[in-house]
Amino acid sequence: MREPPELPADTELVARLRAREDDAFALVLDAWSGGMARVARSIVSTHASADEVVQDAWLAVIQGVATFEGRSSLKTWVYRILVNTAKRRAMREGRQISWSPVAGEDDTPTVDPTRFGGPGDRFPGHWLAFPAPWPSPEQDMLAGEVHERVGAALAELPDRQRVVITLRDVEGYSSDEVCAILEISAANQRVLLHRARAFVRGKLEEYFVASGSDIGTEVSQ
Amino acid sequence: MTDLNCDELVELVTDYLDGALDDEAGRRVADHLAGCDGCTGYVDQMRQTIATLGSSRPDVELTDEARNALLATFREPPGRSTRRT
Repeated sequence: MREPPELPADTELVARLRAREDDAFALVLDAWSGGMARVARSIVSTHASADEVVQDAWLAVIQGVATFEGRSSLKTWVYRILVNTAKRRAMREGRQISWSPVAGEDDTPTVDPTRFGGPGDRFPGHWLAFPAPWPSPEQDMLAGEVHERVGAALAELPDRQRVVITLRDVEGYSSDEVCAILEISAANQRVLLHRARAFVRGKLEEYFVASGSDIGTEVSQ
Repeated sequence: MTDLNCDELVELVTDYLDGALDDEAGRRVADHLAGCDGCTGYVDQMRQTIATLGSSRPDVELTDEARNALLATFREPPGRSTRRT
């Protein structure tokens, strides 16, 4: 990965963009377009439409920067435009994306309940067998394969969960930034993130258990 | 105040890692983790999952064509829009 260049502070950046300094525009274009494309891919159906979404979002930024009020950071504002552009595009592609959790989404277990003791067991609600240990990142010779599994797991997620986990864990935005970009509550954001992470963890567990029986030592209570 | 069960703890991991639990709930999680290898392993795997997600960013860039077109649009005087479709 190329390290993103150090960007000037927002006030300077916005002033230079409004003064139509194209080197300032090139800076943000190069710094943010990659992340914007990855987020757009988590919302629309093809890489080609994601690329168009990124370009359309930049056109909207060019037109709108004169009216940017600075109530959020410039980057959050740009990403909000990106997400709204992508949502409109997804709708045109026949997909409906709304951010509120669907009924039952926040109270169904994220770990298979049969992995815990039932009422008749000696330790109700406790692991029947501990999760098998995973290979440590250093001993993992299959990093490429692991990333493929992660990509496949992300593709399987419900849209809203995929967008939230992409922003939080792939792109590294804070909870506050994700809430500002998606205009959702912190609680809502955490429900979506939690379900998404638990799902991806489960897929990695399946993969590690299937591929490395030598490391899968089960510990029983 | 009752002790947490493992099946309750696994639903609090994201709030816990985000520091979003109140003091008492945070203490209950920490107390449980101190005595439970299963949940400690689970939380470690969640951290590992997050780290793996953070290192799995495909390198994506604008094409030169798109980049040049956007820069050209940016340089135009305002009001003379030639928005591509």
